[in-house]
Amino acid sequence: MTAEQRAKSLGVHLVLIAYSLLAVGPILLVVMNSFKVRSAIFGSPLAPPDAATFSLVGYEKVFRSSHILTYYSNSLIVTLVSMALVLLFGAMAAWALTEYRFRGSTALALFLSIGIMVPIRLGSVAILNMMRSAGLNDTLTALILVYVAQGLPMSIFILSEFIQQIPRDLRDAARCDGVPETRIFFEVVAPLLRPAIATVAVFTIVPIWNDLWFPLILTSSDSTHTVTLGVQQFLGQYITDWNSVLAALSMAILPVVMIYVILSRQLIAGLTSGAVK
Amino acid sequence: MAEPVSNITAQMPRAKLAGLLLFFLGPAVVIYTLFSIYPLVATMALSTYTSDPSGARSFVGLANFETLLGDALWSKPFWNALGNNLIFFAVHMCMQNPIGIALAGLLSLPGLRLKGFYRTVMFLPTMLSVVIVGFSWNLILSPLWGVAAGALKAVGLGSLFAPWLGLESSALVTLSLISVWQFVGIPMMLIYAALLNIPEELIDAARVDGLGQFRIFFHIKLPLVLPTISLVSVLTFVANFNAFDLIYSVKGALAGPNFATDILGTFFYRTFFGNQLQLGNPTMGAAVATVMFFIILLGLCLYLFLVQRRIRRYAF
Repeated sequence: MTAEQRAKSLGVHLVLIAYSLLAVGPILLVVMNSFKVRSAIFGSPLAPPDAATFSLVGYEKVFRSSHILTYYSNSLIVTLVSMALVLLFGAMAAWALTEYRFRGSTALALFLSIGIMVPIRLGSVAILNMMRSAGLNDTLTALILVYVAQGLPMSIFILSEFIQQIPRDLRDAARCDGVPETRIFFEVVAPLLRPAIATVAVFTIVPIWNDLWFPLILTSSDSTHTVTLGVQQFLGQYITDWNSVLAALSMAILPVVMIYVILSRQLIAGLTSGAVK
Repeated sequence: MAEPVSNITAQMPRAKLAGLLLFFLGPAVVIYTLFSIYPLVATMALSTYTSDPSGARSFVGLANFETLLGDALWSKPFWNALGNNLIFFAVHMCMQNPIGIALAGLLSLPGLRLKGFYRTVMFLPTMLSVVIVGFSWNLILSPLWGVAAGALKAVGLGSLFAPWLGLESSALVTLSLISVWQFVGIPMMLIYAALLNIPEELIDAARVDGLGQFRIFFHIKLPLVLPTISLVSVLTFVANFNAFDLIYSVKGALAGPNFATDILGTFFYRTFFGNQLQLGNPTMGAAVATVMFFIILLGLCLYLFLVQRRIRRYAF
């Protein structure tokens, strides 16, 4: 490497490091200060907690004065059940659309793709009316139904691309042996879709976990709030209590960051794969 | 989806095919139609009704839209929200795309070390909830905590600091920039993926012709990723004209100060759900949602008919 190349590469790394700091700095700042006593939060916000300033008082308060564990379990239930249904029904529909020839299949595919671009949020007035008259208002079921409807179009689109890449001989060989279509799908095709799960996950799990709108519209009691809504309401109530606010923020941030760090390779591979073009 | 279909499935008896389609497509089509398409249509239908205090509904045609666009009580906040939304979108377009392109360009440089690390770190904010991001920045920019003020003072720009989120003149742009900070990961990743897909031979040919990295990027790579950039732009458009969470969590439903940060999403929420100043009005809410639908549709059509068509000519 010549001196000039080395200088160039150093410059590139400096820019990327600077931007990386800008991206994680604010998050680190919040998490770091959530472990400090109040005087240290204000006295030296940029210093990490040490023996003298370490404190969990904010976390204690969040546990005492909010239903944070209920929020977590609600979010987990809603996200996991929605994701399972989006994957299952999405894969089944994608299979039928790519594998069988029938009249109206193109029209149906177009109909299903409306939801990729048009946000379901615009139908909130009618969704709330429907949920009220069905007695589903303020239940997790209502959230799950909406999120499945929201996630299906994108997952059908992505999974169709994956199914098309599966070698045709594989399915036809099974057909010649007289294996029923449902078994071909569940035992031959479905296991091959595993790599697509990460891609679908980026587009469905993350928006569901982070959503504020539908919990705000459809749930009204503490027992059905999700983490995002629960923390949002807690923050509004305890706005002057910095320890609690920083702790509540950190508790919403940390699980997502941990899962992201574990899965980031697959998530990013999914995002940059051809499926999104 | 005009794939060649295997002969075996093409020869299937009709009744059997119908049964299979019902089984495989049924659940997805029913849930999607019932909870996504039907509510959209029902909301539009509801926008042509009005309800009296007793809850009885009566058909009023387009009267709700006349009120929304003509009655100063409604039209002033509506145009204010639409204008603010346009500014919100403009800030995204001016900041998100150039930063995303620059970062993607740097990340795709051949032989760059620590690529995976940078990608992971720079995409992190995109994964977080808008509520959390908004509130965290609210704290950081707060004069009470003084982190932002301290940081500016450290580089000798202390006099520049102002409570940006609290001022009528700067609150909207500040919120837009917070949103850009969070979502720049999406253009970065999509453009990065597009850059990686450019055939190696094209770049090699340019290098043989003596072009430097810089000119290769601007003259060869950038024109080839234009379709991705316009896709990102239309995604941003839809997301921006449907945005709500950030404004609501930082500024509340009233989108202060003095409605300076009110966008269509918060206006829709206030109209439909009510707030300290007014009772919720589902039929007017439905009218606002319908207008938002047509704005988004307009953006999508512009993209499909103008941008898509022109780009196809450059496709290779």
